[in-house]
Amino acid sequence: MKTAGKEFGLIRVNSRLSNLTIRNGLLIDPSQKLEGKYDLLLKDGRVAEIAQAGKLKGKGDENIDARGMIVCPGLIDIHVHLREPGQSHKETIASGTLAAAAGGFTSVCCMPNTAPVNDNADVTRWMLDPARGAHVNVFPIAAATLGSKGEQMTDFASLRKAGAVAVTDDGKPILNDAIMRQAFLGAGKLGIPVIQHAEDTRMTAGSAMNSGPTAFRLGLRGWPSEAESNLVERDVRLAAETKAHYHVAHLSTAGALKAVRKGKHNHLNVTCEVTPHHFALIDENVGDYDTNFKMNPPLRSKADREALLVGLADGAIDCIATDHAPHSFDEKNREFDHAPFGIIGLETALGLCISILGVKHKIPLRRIVELLSTNPAKVMGLAGRGTLARGAYADVTVFDAAKKWTYHAKDSHSKSKNSPFDGWQMQGRAVATVVGGEVKFRA
Amino acid sequence: MPKPCSLLGLEHLSADDVTRFLKLARKMHTPHPKPLLRGKRIALLFYEPSTRTRVSFEFAAKLLGTHTSVISADSSSITKGESIVDTGKTLQALGADCIVVRHPSSGAPNVLARNLRIPIINAGDGMHEHPSQGLLDAYTMLRHKKSLKGLRVAMVGDIQHSRVVRSNVHLLSKFGAQVILCGPPELLPDTAAALAPDVKISRHMEEALRKADVIMMLRVQKERLAGLKLDAHKYVAQYQLTPERLKLAKNDAIVMHPGPMVRGMEIQSEIADGPQSVIEEQVQNGVYVRMAILTACMGVA
Ligand SMILES: [Zn+2]
Repeated sequence: MKTAGKEFGLIRVNSRLSNLTIRNGLLIDPSQKLEGKYDLLLKDGRVAEIAQAGKLKGKGDENIDARGMIVCPGLIDIHVHLREPGQSHKETIASGTLAAAAGGFTSVCCMPNTAPVNDNADVTRWMLDPARGAHVNVFPIAAATLGSKGEQMTDFASLRKAGAVAVTDDGKPILNDAIMRQAFLGAGKLGIPVIQHAEDTRMTAGSAMNSGPTAFRLGLRGWPSEAESNLVERDVRLAAETKAHYHVAHLSTAGALKAVRKGKHNHLNVTCEVTPHHFALIDENVGDYDTNFKMNPPLRSKADREALLVGLADGAIDCIATDHAPHSFDEKNREFDHAPFGIIGLETALGLCISILGVKHKIPLRRIVELLSTNPAKVMGLAGRGTLARGAYADVTVFDAAKKWTYHAKDSHSKSKNSPFDGWQMQGRAVATVVGGEVKFRA
Repeated sequence: MPKPCSLLGLEHLSADDVTRFLKLARKMHTPHPKPLLRGKRIALLFYEPSTRTRVSFEFAAKLLGTHTSVISADSSSITKGESIVDTGKTLQALGADCIVVRHPSSGAPNVLARNLRIPIINAGDGMHEHPSQGLLDAYTMLRHKKSLKGLRVAMVGDIQHSRVVRSNVHLLSKFGAQVILCGPPELLPDTAAALAPDVKISRHMEEALRKADVIMMLRVQKERLAGLKLDAHKYVAQYQLTPERLKLAKNDAIVMHPGPMVRGMEIQSEIADGPQSVIEEQVQNGVYVRMAILTACMGVA
């Protein structure tokens, strides 16, 4: 993974930055291979000092007592849909980032499938305007092609300059080889990743869920796993040719993971993310047409989920990203095949990671922090984030890894409540989210 | 049945529930049924064209003394883009005591049931279920066979797109019948065997029909093939029910078809009209079974 140089997008909602100390917590920072009792001093929006517990030289005006808590570099969700501009009945940049803060995320990368599509610098700048009222850092991801139509390339350089950190046509896969090659070449020059929503739509027309026994039982058209793996295989070939950074969004199948492993084995710059719902749920969970279990890519088979759990543990999977996709109640409250794809995920991600990856599958917290912070920063080239090294941005998440709680979708800070995890018992919850030295959420 | 209830499918019913419907259907099987639902209002909400099922429900409802109203896709607010939930709520507000719904989307009746207070009866949803057909098929089988237990039932043709198959398989499996599904891989995926216990798959019609007690032929649903091309000549050669093939089944085997039937495609006319065919009887029994369903779902019997 390469780290792009200059980075953009820090939003200062409030210019009043005080000195803040976070003391007595168990600090986990994989970027510095730190795991132990350390205190932090945040000053002027940066990490000013990190010292063994009780040994801070500087003093803060305010203190967070993190006794019994985990302190880590701020969580980063590199795949969210904030729906602004254009669909503010589902979510706004303000409401989505409030949900992010409540879920422990200090930064989010937002997808370009807005209305209008984020395919030019004006839209990117609009998203980054302080008037949007973001509660955490927002890093827009721009469209790779105009209108995400897969025909004409957007102006990567001007989008990058306006603050975009990557390009994608998320939701509308880039199928055409020539266009994908051009995207790789253009992004390669700027050192930013091309993110692919890997779905060969020629194989998924009219499909609403993964193919298999459950789709047959429900009489729904099945969505083959090859629709994902075939495209990832093609992309890995093109990435090898162009030496560009290829990132697979919401990878969901064993086959696609195999292709990513092969790319990594061949030292290609290939990375991928997995959503909490794909490691938490399988296609059988759709039940009798619960549209809160309808997403793209669909929930997959047990075997796919097991392959993802292996990849999350052994490092083949780089990041966890939520694919937070808010939809209103009415939009989801209809025929399964007509309901929109997607679920919200910002406030359940950390709890699911700790409950399922940590408690159930014994994946160490250090690795979970890597998946939620260290690696997302690296993949998106967010210099000075995903780390608590001295001088880094003062983005810090404090969470209680032992806290047992029940998630109620109705209490979500998101404008939408479309979650399959409503009523789930979770372990692990954010208690403080600090963005640029400011406390943006406190449980 | 004490309380009103919806009938969305047969999958989640117990064998006892099924038996109760069938017993009630036998009571309805009389020249002068009692108007048990006098004064009730029944809405027949048909998003898909249908003659057989719609008229069958309509007659059943009228024989029970109800006021019925048919709302079909080509008329009304449906074409104006109103959601199924809003249409359902409107019918409920108009005083409908029950909605019978036919819809091209699998699970559409479940959406209505989740959002309304009145019973919803599934009259066929997409490729999912067709519970009234499943019940009338069982009713018809039991008019000719002592019991469903151990019965060898071969279903041949377009299994993938058939809601009739799914309802039949769920029901038959609850009673210990042996179900053999037969068809080409494009119309019968291997995953179909996981639908219920004791379901087998065969690609050869001869194998499927051997010693069968019941043969159920299915139409190729061209409208649902979604681009899939099927060689009709090859299909007829491999999967048409011919007199020669029928001989492989038990001597007293019955031949069924849920309709609509394409003579010369999946079945030859001389069989459809022959002595072993119960196809017309299925249609007749449909009215009694649907009277039973309406009565039970409205909590009257
Ligand atoms: Zn996507």
